Amino acid sequence: MSQYVRFTIDKTECMAIKGQYIVEAAKENGIYIPTLCNYPGVKPKGGCRICTVKVNGKLMTSCTTPVAEGMTIENDIPDIRELRKAIVELLFVEGNHFCPACEKSGNCELQALAYRFQVMAPRFPFQFPLRRVDASHPKIIKEQNRCILCKRCIRAIKDEKGRSIFAYRRRSSRVEVVVDSKLGKQLTDELAQKAMDVCPVGSILVKEKGYITPIGQRKYDKMPIGSDIENMQVNKI
Amino acid sequence: MGQKITIEPVTRVEGHGKVTIHLDNEGNIEQTRLHIVEFRGFERFVQGRPYWEMPVLVQRLCGICPVSHHLAAAKALDVIVGAGTGESLTPTGEKMRRLMHYGQIFQSHTLHFFHLASPDLLFGIDADPLKRNVIHIAKVNRDLAVQAVMMRKYGQEVIQATAGKKIHGTGAIPGGINKHLTEEERDFLIKGDDYMNIDKMIEWSLAAVEFFKDFHKKNKEIIDGFVEFPSSYLSLVRKDGALDLYHGVLRAVDAQGKKILHDVDYQEYYKYIDEEVRSWSYMKFPYLKEIGKKTGWYTVGPLARMNTIDFIDTPLAQKEFEAFRAYNHGKPSHKPMHFHWARLIEILHSAEKIKSLLYDPDLMEGELVKKGNKQYEGVGLIEAPRGTLFHHYKIDDNDQIVMANLIVSTTNNNQPMNEAVKHVATKIMTGKKEITEGMMNAVEVAIRAYDPCLSCATHALGQMPLEISLYDHQNQLIDKKIKQ
Repeated sequence: MSQYVRFTIDKTECMAIKGQYIVEAAKENGIYIPTLCNYPGVKPKGGCRICTVKVNGKLMTSCTTPVAEGMTIENDIPDIRELRKAIVELLFVEGNHFCPACEKSGNCELQALAYRFQVMAPRFPFQFPLRRVDASHPKIIKEQNRCILCKRCIRAIKDEKGRSIFAYRRRSSRVEVVVDSKLGKQLTDELAQKAMDVCPVGSILVKEKGYITPIGQRKYDKMPIGSDIENMQVNKI
Repeated sequence: MGQKITIEPVTRVEGHGKVTIHLDNEGNIEQTRLHIVEFRGFERFVQGRPYWEMPVLVQRLCGICPVSHHLAAAKALDVIVGAGTGESLTPTGEKMRRLMHYGQIFQSHTLHFFHLASPDLLFGIDADPLKRNVIHIAKVNRDLAVQAVMMRKYGQEVIQATAGKKIHGTGAIPGGINKHLTEEERDFLIKGDDYMNIDKMIEWSLAAVEFFKDFHKKNKEIIDGFVEFPSSYLSLVRKDGALDLYHGVLRAVDAQGKKILHDVDYQEYYKYIDEEVRSWSYMKFPYLKEIGKKTGWYTVGPLARMNTIDFIDTPLAQKEFEAFRAYNHGKPSHKPMHFHWARLIEILHSAEKIKSLLYDPDLMEGELVKKGNKQYEGVGLIEAPRGTLFHHYKIDDNDQIVMANLIVSTTNNNQPMNEAVKHVATKIMTGKKEITEGMMNAVEVAIRAYDPCLSCATHALGQMPLEISLYDHQNQLIDKKIKQ
């Protein structure tokens, strides 16, 4: 039995290794599906729902759904685009995201998605939640105003024994991601930098490094998010 | 019957203010006040933010001269990261920042003189307001209008090359700068097409000074006779007494030109300067402690700088400075309309400085940042277009801001602007019971000479309309005019 499966995304014939998640399979076929909580090499969670696609007419998260033979996937269609835009907008109003002074501006995935989906003005009321800036760790600042609870840091940043250095604290609407009080000392300079890079927003900041990349050289200054995948050379079927 | 005249809001200034003028029973000026009616509270809400965020966050005070706030904050943080001040940065760090700052002075002064002030000079203080604006200048003197737009654009291009963006960039970081000048950027600024080159800018800057001097010669009454009152003056000067808009020591002179603040280190500015709060304005009143609240006020800005410095280290501007000083018999000029003259000399100086920096190889290579032992407190001063700008921060062990004090250029000029309003009102409104458009504009012309940025001064959101109201002694409104 072949290890490859055939399927379509927006009527484009695609091929991928059986069992691959749709988001990865799409990428290999030069098709961009936006993600936020998903991160390469980290077990997917399907939490943010921004990668939602229609699989055979049903809404599924593409980061947790494996491709299968004959699947019909709808990605870049009006109602999916609208759904994704709404998720981005809700994330903006739910926290305190002030891009003008944020050092992650230009490297922020949430901001880049807002540009991609042309979020020009808020449709939903701002919540302006009261959140704190936790600067007590010697290497990083945890800016809770910007945290979108994607759990990327919890899943990706681990000590030598595989234990998560970041953790959830509290429950429900008061939940926040913090540095584990016992494992925080294990955060090396390399892991601190990795945590900042893994964070899709400006919630984890390595101390004293802000604004070191000039405007014009930041990740999304020249090309919109996803264009690297869309411009990739792939062998079309 | 006593009267109260209110001018609200003041136009062709950056920000929102109003003027009240109280007349006594005989129609004499009893009291004048320039009220600043905005409030933003930057000093409070930056508390708790990481210190390295300050240059980018605090510059949002203003869209006209954000570079000044950006650099003043960065200079304060240089001290905090142990890099020291001024020339103790790396040559690349210091010179890139200087280039950014001269670009800022160049564009901001150009904006003020051509777009905001020149309609009063060209068309007259009493001219029809529909014509007394920059649009009408474009209609009657197209070349001058093009020159104004292109000069401002050039200054903005310098800012973009150094800060990454024309408005609200990120170039200056604690201890230095985040980029070199590229060869492409340098060549564009040295020999760009369509007037966009430094030689054309110097030529136009010289022409602007000549334009003013010619106007001055023909209209002595407007420039010299408009209003005059004694003041002390304060600015940074280079250690050798030269004009230095980026870094130096604090000097103040009295109305006769005698030094009353002797080239002191600005890290200890609070030993010499304090601020008074008055109930009727959100803008504080700074004063020299040694002289006291009542008479310790001083003027800052281009005119103050021409009155405090000993010389200018660029030849063309030095020549104009000598002419300025000679005209005032070597003494400080107390004529607010001379602000425009001083501003134009500084445009020329900035253009000359930009040229010399563009040919400096340090901008294109070398270490960008310097750091040393961390400190918990830092002060950054800079000569912003509108005058001396103070940024003072304290941090805690977690690198968070615990105290911020900003004394903005326009705040320094609070009392002088109030004095200017008083003198103009006394001259033109004594005994009058009706406000004419010309009278209203005359008060604004006096305020406008200081190029106030009221948004910066109160750290408030800017709007630019003007209202004047006339009240009797029982506070009954008897006349009101509003301009949008």
